[in-house]
Amino acid sequence: MTQSFRLDKTGLINKNKKISFKFNGKSYFGYEGDTLASALIANGVHLVGRSFKYHRPRGFFGAGVDEPYAIVQLYRNGETDPNVRATEQELFEGLEAKSVNCWPSVNFDIGAINNFLNIFLPAGFYYKTFMWPRSFWYKIYEPFIRKAAGFGAASTKHDKEKYEHKYEYCDLLIAGSGPSGLASAYAAAKNGARVILAEDKPRYGGSLLTSDVSIGNQSGKDWADNIIAELKGMENVIVKNRSQIFGYYDHNMLVMSERITDHLPKSDKHTPKQRMWYIRAKQVVISSGSIERPIVFGNNDTPGVVLASAAKEYMKVYGVLVGKKPVIFTNNDSAYETAIEFKKNNINPVVLDSRKNPQSEIIKEALSLGIEVKFSHVVVAAKGYKKVKSCDIAMISDNKENLIDITNIKCDCICVSGFWTPTIHLASQSGSKTKFVEDIDAFIPDKSKQKEITLGSANGVFTLDETLKTSFQKGYELSKEITNQDNKLQSPQVSEKQQSKHDKFWCVPLPNGKNYKRFLDFQNDVAVSDIELALREGYRSIEHVKRYTTLGMATDQGRTSNLNGLQLVSKIENKVVPAVGHTTFRPPYTPVTIGAIVGREIGKHSKPTRKSPMHSWHEKNNAVFVDAGVWLRPRYYKKDNEGLFEASKREAENVRKNVGVCDVTTLGKIDVKGKDSAEFLNRVYTNAWLKLPVGKARYGVMLREDGVVMDDGTTTRISENHYHMTTTTAQAANVLSHLEYYLQIVWPELDVNVVSSTEQWAGAAIAGPKSRDLLQKIFPDTDVSNDALPFMGFLEANLFGVKARIFRISFSGELAYEVNVESDNGNFMWEKIIENGKHFNLQPYGTEALSTLRIEMGHVAGSELDGRTIPYDTGLDGLISKKKDFIGKRSLLKKAFNETDRQRIVGVVPLDKKTSIPEGSHLVNDPKAKMPILKLGHISASCWSVEHNNPFSLAILKDGKNMIGSKLYAMSPLKNKTIPVEIVSSHYVDPKGERVRS
Amino acid sequence: MLYIKCPYCGYRSQNEFAYGGDATIKRPELNKEVTDKEWDNFVYLRKSPRGKHLELWHHVSGCRQWIKVLRDTNTHEIFNTYKSEDKVET
Ligand SMILES: [Zn+2]
Repeated sequence: MTQSFRLDKTGLINKNKKISFKFNGKSYFGYEGDTLASALIANGVHLVGRSFKYHRPRGFFGAGVDEPYAIVQLYRNGETDPNVRATEQELFEGLEAKSVNCWPSVNFDIGAINNFLNIFLPAGFYYKTFMWPRSFWYKIYEPFIRKAAGFGAASTKHDKEKYEHKYEYCDLLIAGSGPSGLASAYAAAKNGARVILAEDKPRYGGSLLTSDVSIGNQSGKDWADNIIAELKGMENVIVKNRSQIFGYYDHNMLVMSERITDHLPKSDKHTPKQRMWYIRAKQVVISSGSIERPIVFGNNDTPGVVLASAAKEYMKVYGVLVGKKPVIFTNNDSAYETAIEFKKNNINPVVLDSRKNPQSEIIKEALSLGIEVKFSHVVVAAKGYKKVKSCDIAMISDNKENLIDITNIKCDCICVSGFWTPTIHLASQSGSKTKFVEDIDAFIPDKSKQKEITLGSANGVFTLDETLKTSFQKGYELSKEITNQDNKLQSPQVSEKQQSKHDKFWCVPLPNGKNYKRFLDFQNDVAVSDIELALREGYRSIEHVKRYTTLGMATDQGRTSNLNGLQLVSKIENKVVPAVGHTTFRPPYTPVTIGAIVGREIGKHSKPTRKSPMHSWHEKNNAVFVDAGVWLRPRYYKKDNEGLFEASKREAENVRKNVGVCDVTTLGKIDVKGKDSAEFLNRVYTNAWLKLPVGKARYGVMLREDGVVMDDGTTTRISENHYHMTTTTAQAANVLSHLEYYLQIVWPELDVNVVSSTEQWAGAAIAGPKSRDLLQKIFPDTDVSNDALPFMGFLEANLFGVKARIFRISFSGELAYEVNVESDNGNFMWEKIIENGKHFNLQPYGTEALSTLRIEMGHVAGSELDGRTIPYDTGLDGLISKKKDFIGKRSLLKKAFNETDRQRIVGVVPLDKKTSIPEGSHLVNDPKAKMPILKLGHISASCWSVEHNNPFSLAILKDGKNMIGSKLYAMSPLKNKTIPVEIVSSHYVDPKGERVRS
Repeated sequence: MLYIKCPYCGYRSQNEFAYGGDATIKRPELNKEVTDKEWDNFVYLRKSPRGKHLELWHHVSGCRQWIKVLRDTNTHEIFNTYKSEDKVET
């Protein structure tokens, strides 16, 4: 197979290495260094997609990031990526790609009927059509729009690739490796600065790769290659290709996405596909260059209409011809380089220049090479459906309003150049304002907002000499401020062709009687007529026009369309372009994959997993784990064929009957030390703390300043000025921050220090009527009798040679103890408890049994202390001291908190004593009342009471105090259940609390 | 992401800190009679100024100190940072 559009002698690709690939099922080959786009063009393939709205045939328009058409579905190593730009995707062996937005095929697309119905699809079509009737929206309109909208399809499989994040700091971050980026990087690096130079493309050099200039005694490209080679060898420099800086955030934080293996057939086992860099830079140099914009003419979306700079890049970088009979249509000098490059490759172009009589060196050169140039000439319309076959051209009057002598000439491509648009996205994202420069008909960054500077053509400077001089100087100045070094390099001599002024002409008028579509936004099919319609309908703000017509809203973000759109609005509105203004630039500059954003934080890595020191014992003993905050806790220990219900019931029953042990390591623990500790606790908790003796524990409740319960737990006085506070597992971190706030900000005069000791202690709760007997066995030398260690007592004791703390506290309502040892001894303690417990029928129990035990006792926990309840609501009002002030006390005087029918905790039992009540059910009087039914309360927690052998729930109920004995209904629309219930006391077991004191 | 200079640790990224709100709010003294209005002012009412704002940040994933930050709420510029005990003129 030969590649009839491949040039033998030009190009930077490796013609010794063939690469085979498939496009739309057909096999082709290209060469190492090709993009998918250049390889397809080399094979004469120009039809690659269909446009968004009208499904018109689409080819290639650009050669890089500005490409609006050639969006493909890519297949690689069993994975697929949607919406990949063929102009950026490098070719690899076995690459497969398909066209998107076409059905059944790109050659015959049924959606193209929209093209012939386009009278029905004007600007705002969707807004106008899909509004009425409202009931049609979900079932008819939305599915239709979803089907019609969008390009590629995202994979539904788990992504096997790895992605990672990296944090980096530097003195100068330089975005773009064109002449300004290279010069400033080189000057700064030589002056000792830590530099990161990022290039989006695989090849460094930007415009130097394709322009006909010399620097010093080298070609532009050789100069770039040598600078890059030297920078790569410097220790203070990081040079990255395939890396797009896509976002400029606060305080000089920039984010860059590096494509590491996208250009390879697959990733190595240990290589991430992409890496996201978060870079904090002292200074930023924006050297992002500029993008050529088109001139608008009839049918300017026909495949074969390309940017002149892209045609040149395809020849010079890839050795590929976009056509063999080119027409070049320009309003400026730069397209002459494209014409000359064609001519050098023995192709005869025709140049149409909208200017009347331009004079410059390069035009002279073109003419002297025998290139046919027609001044004051324009392309009126492209002809051909799936590929350009000819074009109508005409002479244009001096005022650019009249077409004279329209004739048709044969051609197979039209290379268009409407001058250059600086890429100001990053500068604008930094917060800088922009200013319009009449000379170049485009916006450039105004005064820097953060620590950034824009250089080269991104700043509207289009001569190499000035670019290099300024960039060398700025690289030196910026680095000197940071490094205090003074090593200044001379900017090299440059030889380049002087350019004559471009023509402000951007849109070819329609000939009489013709109604050609003249597109502004190629991806979203926004034509001149759509903007005109939007303005006729009263849209004025450019932001509104954008959203109404979708101009500039496609994946190319209007890189080639925005300025022409502004020109049109300004012309119709009779305003200057800067008065119209431009839409806001927002990150990302180019699409970023979700994988790169997420990085390694997926699955189990999305949050830390904390395990107790006894975790491996639980694993070995068939624990089924549950996430409890960041901890993994045993939910139950599975025996035989038990499920959650059977196992947790067995475990809870055994606690009530014999004795159980539960891993409570996860409980938050805070060490409180200092001579004002008692006073501090007295302010933090609602109850009195000043008189708690050493060796005693007390239950406490703490509030937020708004009176809502924040947390509860027991705190033990270990010694005179040392307390051991416990918090709930979930609130541990918040409570510590809360205490630190009061100690540092509100009462800095208190001599108190707090520090988390959660991970320093392993804890085991031993609960049940036989717990004291078991305790005595593991602490044979210690008196643990009711007298020596009463309820709420504390002892330090010796557990077979290991120092332990014993707290006589209970969450289950049974006689119970909590034993703490240093974490390293946790497993030792646990095994001793298990070993000695056999004699007492000890069983370990998990969080589910723990919940059962606390619910039927009426002990409140997170589901009742939900950030909406005050002490009264949860039955904790008995713990409020009348004598002293504390955090949040003043709020309890609020009227709403003292209503006589205030909500309060109650117990709930189903009348049939069988049906479990779903948590979250609403309590109502009349389940048949008209919706919305008045809600009286909600079920906060449910369990199977092992004491009564029937379901039992806790609820927060309006006027709960006076509702005991009443009959209500628990409704769960979610589970489609309505259960008749009776309201009972929340203390369903041992209401007098005798067991804990026994 | 903001870059905040902790007076104890130096420059650190925002994700090490937790925001703590207006630093000029003073809690009423303990055991002192306060009107409903005074109390509501303390608990609920906060200004939302456009411009300079003295605020608390907690260096949660660092030294765990609460610090004061003088920040422009509009531009995110940070003018200065202070230890909690420093008196700041705004
Ligand atoms: Zn710090």
